[in-house]
Amino acid sequence: MSPRQWLGRIGLGFAGLVMVSPAILFFLWMASLSIKFEIDNAAYPPILIPDRFAWKNYSDVLASNHFLRFFLNSLWVTGTATGLALLVGVPAGYGIARMAAHRSAIVILIARITPGLSYLIPLFLLFQWLGLLGTLWPQIIIHLVVTVPIVIWIMIGYFETTPLELEQAALIDGATSWQVFRHVALPIARPGIAVAFILAVIFSWNNFVFGIVLAGRETRTLPVAVYNMISYDQLSWGPLAAAALIVTLPVLLLTVFAQRQIVAGLTAGAVKGG
Amino acid sequence: MSTIAQPAVISTDVAPHRQLRPPSYWPFVIPALIVVLAVIILPWLFTIWMSLREWKVGSPTTFVGLANYLRLASDPRFGEAAFHTLVYTALSVLLPLLLGTLAAILFHARMPWRGLLRGIFILPMLATPVAIALVWTMMFHPQLGILNYLLSLVGLPAQLWVFHPATVIPSLVLVETWQWTPLVMLIVLGGLASIPAEPYESAELDGANAWQVFRYITLPLITPFLFIAAMIRMIDAVKSFDVIFAITQGGPGTASETINLYLYSVAFSYYDIGYASAIAVVFFALIVALAAALLHLRQRLQWNEIGGAA
Repeated sequence: MSPRQWLGRIGLGFAGLVMVSPAILFFLWMASLSIKFEIDNAAYPPILIPDRFAWKNYSDVLASNHFLRFFLNSLWVTGTATGLALLVGVPAGYGIARMAAHRSAIVILIARITPGLSYLIPLFLLFQWLGLLGTLWPQIIIHLVVTVPIVIWIMIGYFETTPLELEQAALIDGATSWQVFRHVALPIARPGIAVAFILAVIFSWNNFVFGIVLAGRETRTLPVAVYNMISYDQLSWGPLAAAALIVTLPVLLLTVFAQRQIVAGLTAGAVKGG
Repeated sequence: MSTIAQPAVISTDVAPHRQLRPPSYWPFVIPALIVVLAVIILPWLFTIWMSLREWKVGSPTTFVGLANYLRLASDPRFGEAAFHTLVYTALSVLLPLLLGTLAAILFHARMPWRGLLRGIFILPMLATPVAIALVWTMMFHPQLGILNYLLSLVGLPAQLWVFHPATVIPSLVLVETWQWTPLVMLIVLGGLASIPAEPYESAELDGANAWQVFRYITLPLITPFLFIAAMIRMIDAVKSFDVIFAITQGGPGTASETINLYLYSVAFSYYDIGYASAIAVVFFALIVALAAALLHLRQRLQWNEIGGAA
C-alpha cells in the first residue's frame, strides 16, 4: 500500500471513530455515573474516573428483593410473549409466504404504525372486566402486539427465500403439508427464527408504555421499576445509573454478540414495536 | 412405509401430465389470525365504538355520536399537541436522515474494525429507552449535567435544555437523533450495498470528482432507500413516547406535550375513555395521512425523473 492509501485508511478510521463517539461517550458516562459516590457525581468539573468506586450502587440495587422480583417479571413477560409469538408466528409466516398472500401483511403494517397507547385503552378495560389486573397476564397478552408482528414479518421474508424444491419433493412423496413444514421447512428456517427471536426479545424487554399502565406494585417489569426509582430518589444518581445499566445490559450484550442477526432482521423488516 | 412409498410410484408415472395440487396453507395461519384478531383488530373496533360514546371510568356511558370528535376540533390543548408533534417529527426525520446517510457512506467504505464500530454504532437504538432517557436527564441537568460542562469547554453559554419551554423540543430531538440515526444508517447501508460497481468505474474513467459521483450516481440510486428510512422514521417519531415521557412527561408545563403524551393523560390521568378513543382514532388517521403523503411525494418524484429524462 502506498503512503497515500495508508493515510486514507487512517483518515477513514478516524472518521469512523468520530461517528461512533456519541454512542461510546454516552455509555462510558453512564458507566461512570453508576460507579461514583454522590459527592463525585455532584463534582464540578465532572469526574470521569473517580478515585474510589461505589460498587455499593450495584449491590444496593441487586440486594433489594424487589429488584429480583421485577427481573423475574421481565423475564417471564418477555419469555412468554416471545415464545407464544414464535408458536403462532412462525407457521403463519410460512403459510403467508407459500400462499403469496401479501395483502394479509397489511394487518402487520397496521400493527406497525399504530401507537401502542391505542391498544392500551380497550385492552385495559377488557383486563379490568376480566379481573386480570394484578397478574402478569395483561402484560404478556399485550406484549403480543409487539412480538407477533415482528415474528410474522421476519418469517414471511425468510420463508420467501428458502428453496421450494425440497418441499415439493416431499409433497410428491406423499408427505402432508404439516410434515413438510415440520421436517423440511422448519429445520432450514432456523437462522430466520433466531433473528425473529432476538428482535422480539429486545423490543419486548425494552417496552415501557404497556407496563406503566398495566403493572401494579408486584407486577412491574424492569423498565417500569427503573422509571419509578426516579420519583423516589430524585438526587441519587449513582444507584439510578446502576439500575439503568443493569436493565439495559442484557440487550447491549445481545447486540454485541448477535450483531449479524440483528442487522439482518432490522434491515429486512425495519421493525420496532410499540 | 409402504403406504408412503406407493403414491410416490404412482405420482412419478403421472407427474408430467398432472399438476401437483398445492396443499392448503390456511391451517398454518389460523392461530396467528386468532391472536391478531384478539389483540389488534378487536381493540381497534372497540376503540372506534368507544369514541362515539361519553365514557368516563366508573360512570354509566351514553351514545353521543361525533361529539368527541367535534370537541377535539375546538380543543386548544390538542391543537398545541399536534403542533409539537409536527415540529418534533420533522426534526426527528431530517436530522437522523442526514447523519444516518453520512454514517452509511462512511461505514460502506473499507475501514479498519468496521464490524466492531458498526456494532457500537447501533447500540443506542437497541438499548432500553427508559434507561437511556434517565441518563440523558442527568446529562441535561443545568448545574451538574455534563452537557453544560462540555458547552463551557468550547466557550458556549449554559443551556436549560429540557427545563425551558423554548429548548425542550430541540433537546428531546437530540436524544431521538442519537437513538435512531443508526436505523437510517442500516437502511441506507443496505441501499449502498445494492449499487453495482459499473457506474462508479465509468465515472472514474470520465474523471468525475467525489461530489459529482455522490450527487449523480450514489444519491439517485439510494433515493428509494432514503424514502423507506424517512417513512419508518416518520412513523416512529410521530408516536414517540418512552423518551419524552421519561424525561419531561410533556413539560415544562405542556411545552413538549405531543399527541401521544396528551392521549396518555386523557386516557390514564383523566380516565376520559370516550374522548381518548377519539384522539386515538384521529391520531392513527394522521399517521396514515402522513405516510400516504410521503408515498405520494415519492411517486411524483419518480414521475419527474422520467419526465426529465424524456
